[in-house]
Amino acid sequence: MSIITNINKLFDHRIRLGIMSILMVNEYADFNMLKELLGATDGNLASHTKALEKAEYILVEKQFIGRKPNTRYSTTKLGKAEFKKHIEALEKLIKKT
Amino acid sequence: MSNEDYLSDISEIKNLMNKSSRFISLSGLSGILAGIYALIGAAIAYCLVITYSGGTLYIFHGWVFWTCMAVLLMVALLSAVTGMLLTTKKAKKNGEKIWDNSSKRLLFNFLVPLAVGGIYCTIILSQGRYGQTGGLMLIFYGLALVSASKYSLGDIKYLGYIQIVLGLIASYYPGFGFWLWVLGFGIMHIVYGTWMHFKYDTK
Repeated sequence: MSIITNINKLFDHRIRLGIMSILMVNEYADFNMLKELLGATDGNLASHTKALEKAEYILVEKQFIGRKPNTRYSTTKLGKAEFKKHIEALEKLIKKT
Repeated sequence: MSNEDYLSDISEIKNLMNKSSRFISLSGLSGILAGIYALIGAAIAYCLVITYSGGTLYIFHGWVFWTCMAVLLMVALLSAVTGMLLTTKKAKKNGEKIWDNSSKRLLFNFLVPLAVGGIYCTIILSQGRYGQTGGLMLIFYGLALVSASKYSLGDIKYLGYIQIVLGLIASYYPGFGFWLWVLGFGIMHIVYGTWMHFKYDTK
């Protein structure tokens, strides 16, 4: 069952999958953009971005726009590769049954 | 997780990817109307030139020239306003925001080539090289569409390619510039708008 091994436990959550999906097609996204698109609460989103950051799937940059702090996220090479593997595994699983 | 969960995961991923990077509420109807405006504008310009400029499309002079320019500007303005109104309406229906990252990016990528083209055409016109403007307008408009297509419905790029090809033909045969302009801005908009309307709007 080599397919199952490619299913990434880290992506096994709607919000995390959503974060990765958005970052795959956008150069970067800031916290508010993710929040709006995913309809998540601050705390919920923060915990999931932290988990992805810890795995080094996403990169977090904190900066100031004028006086407002702004956090923006982008995917790392590792994150992109892992996400692709995960999607491929999902597709195979669906095709199989 | 069951099979259905995986399926809904995939569709959710697709949905988020589109929503976050593309602005898809463009209205097909506005394309049809833009084409009709262009045809009406072209007809007015044609009648003017035939009646008052001795039938030659390329030797503009005096008020005939400025009236044609005014008509052209009106066509552009009316098309832009119609496009904005219908797109806002469709965005509301889709629950999509009219002014967000994706629509800003779309507008920016569309307007940069278009503005360059507009300025360039104005320069060419001011130098009296009227024959080239039809082709140039088509080429720059086509480039603007291709550049915008990455941030909207991908189908726009086909319209863009067609306009570019028509524009290149027009720049080689300036004598047909007017008719190619009619074909590109008029007929093609109507054809494309109808196609988009039935593909996306009537669901």
